[in-house]
Amino acid sequence: MAPLFLFGLSLTVSLLAISRKSVPFTRPAQMQTVTLIPGDGIGPEISAAVVKIFESAKAPIRWEERNVTAIKGPGGKWMIPPDAKESMDRSKIGLKGPLKTPIAAGHPSMNLLLRKTFDLYANVRPCVSIEGYKTPYTDVDLVTIRENTEGEYSGIEHVIVDGVVQSIKLITENASRRIAEYAFEYARNNQRSSVTAVHKANIMRMSDGLFLRKCREVAENYKDIKFTEMYLDTVCLNMVQDPTQFDVLVMPNLYGDILSDLCAGLIGGLGVTPSGNIGANGVAIFESVHGTAPDIAGLDLANPTALLLSAVMMLRHMGLHEYASRIQTACFDTIRDKKVLTKDLGGNSKCSEFTSEICHRVQDLA
Amino acid sequence: MSGTMAATLTRNLVTLVKGLGGSRWPQLVSRPLSVSAGLCSSENPPPRADSTFKVTMVPGDGVGPELMMAVKDVFKAGDIPVEFDEFHLSEVQNMASDEKLEQVLTSMRNNKVAIKGKIHTPMEYKGELASFEMKLRRKLDLFANVVHVNSLPGYSTRHNNLDLVIIREQTEGEYSSLEHESVTGVIECLKIITREKSRRIAKFAFDYATKKGRNKVTAVHKANIMKLGDGLFLQSCAEVAQLYPKIKYENIIIDNCCMQLVQNPYQFDVLVMPNLYGNIIDNLAAGLVGGAGVVPGESYSAEYAVFETGARHPFAQAVGRNIANPTAMLLSAANMLRHLNLEYHSQMVSDAVKRVVKQGKVRTRDLGGYSTTGDLVNAVVDNLRHKPVH
Repeated sequence: MAPLFLFGLSLTVSLLAISRKSVPFTRPAQMQTVTLIPGDGIGPEISAAVVKIFESAKAPIRWEERNVTAIKGPGGKWMIPPDAKESMDRSKIGLKGPLKTPIAAGHPSMNLLLRKTFDLYANVRPCVSIEGYKTPYTDVDLVTIRENTEGEYSGIEHVIVDGVVQSIKLITENASRRIAEYAFEYARNNQRSSVTAVHKANIMRMSDGLFLRKCREVAENYKDIKFTEMYLDTVCLNMVQDPTQFDVLVMPNLYGDILSDLCAGLIGGLGVTPSGNIGANGVAIFESVHGTAPDIAGLDLANPTALLLSAVMMLRHMGLHEYASRIQTACFDTIRDKKVLTKDLGGNSKCSEFTSEICHRVQDLA
Repeated sequence: MSGTMAATLTRNLVTLVKGLGGSRWPQLVSRPLSVSAGLCSSENPPPRADSTFKVTMVPGDGVGPELMMAVKDVFKAGDIPVEFDEFHLSEVQNMASDEKLEQVLTSMRNNKVAIKGKIHTPMEYKGELASFEMKLRRKLDLFANVVHVNSLPGYSTRHNNLDLVIIREQTEGEYSSLEHESVTGVIECLKIITREKSRRIAKFAFDYATKKGRNKVTAVHKANIMKLGDGLFLQSCAEVAQLYPKIKYENIIIDNCCMQLVQNPYQFDVLVMPNLYGNIIDNLAAGLVGGAGVVPGESYSAEYAVFETGARHPFAQAVGRNIANPTAMLLSAANMLRHLNLEYHSQMVSDAVKRVVKQGKVRTRDLGGYSTTGDLVNAVVDNLRHKPVH
C-alpha cells in the first residue's frame, strides 16, 4: 500500500506544478517507470519512434523494455514471462506494440493472456477525427468503453449433439457494475458530458437487461453526467449517419469489439486509433490495435501514430496532461501539414522522417 | 398540379439547354413530352387480373400504421389488384395475445404473403423471453432476411452508388430466447448455431446470388473467438460454397467488416451472416444510404414471404406527427408486387418513388427536407405512370 500512496502523492504534486501555469517545466515531474513491450513485426520500429518523441518532449518516463512470449509454466498453464509480469507489477503501466498470434500454436493469443494476467476489464478507445487525414467523416469525437472479461467472449462453448453448438454469453452483476462505474468515472475525469449504454435488452432480456440495470444504477451516482441508453442497432444506424451525436459509449464485450472497430473506421482505421486497457488495482496497458504488418517490418515504412496516440493516452492516465497535449499537437500538426507523412497516411516519407518531424515540432512547442 | 408540371418542364429545359447549347433546341422542346408519352405507351397496363391478390397486413407499432396508410393510398391510386387482411398485433398497446397471433398465422397460411411494420418489443422482462416479433418469425420459420442496400439516385450521402445485399439468418443464434440466472447476479445467455440452419442460410445466399447474377458471397463471422459456434457457421458456408463454383466465396470477421463498410463498402456484394451480426450490418448499411426510412427488406421461409423495412424500428417518437419517411415501405411494397408477379404494377410504384426521390422537391425530414409523409405520398401518387399528364 505504501508505494501506491507515494505514487499518488507524487502525482498530486506534479499536477499542482502543472496547474500553476507560469512555471510548468521548471520543476521536472518525478520520473515514472513504464514497461515497454515493443512487440513483433513493425512493433520495435514504432516503439523506437515513440521513445524518441518522448525524449524530445522530455517526458518524465523511464522505459523498462520487456519481451513477451507465451511460455508454459508449472502445471502446463500458459503464462507470460516472469520478468515481464514482475516489471508490470512494479510499474503498473505498460505500453505495448502489436503482438503476433501464431495460428494453431496451441496457446491462447498473447493479448488474451495479458488481459487475463492483469484482469484488464475495460478497453477504452477514443476516436477523434484527424484533420488532414481525409475520411468521409469529420468531427468524430467519441470514446468507446468495452467490457473486456465476459459476455460473448466467455470462451464457454460446447457441441450438444453433432451439428448443434451452444455458446454461452455470460453477464454478471459485478462486471457490469464495474464497467459502468469506470465509464462514468472516465467521463467525469475527461470532461465528457454524456454516457450512452449500448445494449440489446429487447432481445436478450435477462443478460443485457442486467447490464442495463447496472448502468442505470451507477448513473444515479453521477448526476453531472447525462445518461442515455440505446439499442445496438440504433447506434450503428445513427453512427454512420451522424457520429457527432455520441460522446462516451459503454457496452458489453462483443458490441464493444464491433463498435470500436466501426468507429476506428470512421476516422481512418486502426493505424490512427489509440487504445487503452484498464485493469484492477491501477494496472493499465496502452497499445496499438493494428496488426504486426510483417510485410513492411524492418523497412522503416510503418506508421507509429496509433502507438504514439496510445502513449499520449497513457500520459493522460498518469496525470501528465501537459506532455500529452504537446505530443498530440505535434503529431496532429504534422499530419495536417501533409509534408512528411508515411505511405498509409498518403505521403511518401519513412517512419524515421515522420518521427523526426514530430520531434522537431515537440521541441518547438516547448 | 399543372403549374408544378410546367415548372418541371421549364427546369428540365433549362438544365438541358445549359448542358448542350442552343443549337439543338427543336429536339429538346419535344423531349419531356416524348418521355411522358413513352411512359404510357411502352408498356401498356396488362389486362386486368381476374381476381385480386390477398395479402396479410400487420402494421405493428410506432409509425407502422402510418406507413401502411401510405402503401394503401398508393395502391388505391394505382388501381393495384391487392386486398389487405389487416391485423393489429402489438405488445405495447395490449393487443397481443396468442389468439391474435394465431389469426395472423391463419391468414398467412392462406395468403402466403404479408406486409409488416415493426412490432415493438418492450424491454421489461416479464417472464416471457420471446417477443411476438420473434414468435411470428419462428412460427412461420422465416429464416432468411434479405436487405438490398441500394443508394437512391438523387439523394447524396457519404457513400454513393452502393449496391450490396445482406442476408441474415434469423431463427437461431443469439436470438434463441434461452437465458437463465445460474446464481444471483450471474446470467447465461445461450447462442445456438446448428449445421442445418447454417447450411440452409448459406444455400439461400448462394441461390440468391445465382438468381440475381451476383458474383461474390462473403460470410461474416467471429470464428476466431467463438471457435465452435461461429466456426460451424463458417464451415457450413465454405461447404455450400463448393457447390457454386461460379460464385466467389470469401469470409470476413464481423468487426473488420464494420470497419470496411464505413471505409470502403464497395468491396462487398452479397453478405451472409448469423442473426445478431445481421441486425448490426443491416442497420449500419442502411445508415450509409440514408437511414431506416429508405431501405426496404424482406423475410422468407420455404413457403412465406414477409415484406417490411430493411432496418426495423418502430420510430415511436414520430407517431402521429406525419413525418415518417414511407420510402422504404413503399419500395418494399413494390418488391411484394414483383413477388406476386405483378411486374407492371411493381415497376410503376418503384419508378414513382424513385422519381420523387430523384427530383428532390418533396423530402421528409430524415432526408433533410420539410415535407410530411402525406406530401411524399401525394408526390408518389402524382408520379404513378399510368396517370395521365395534366
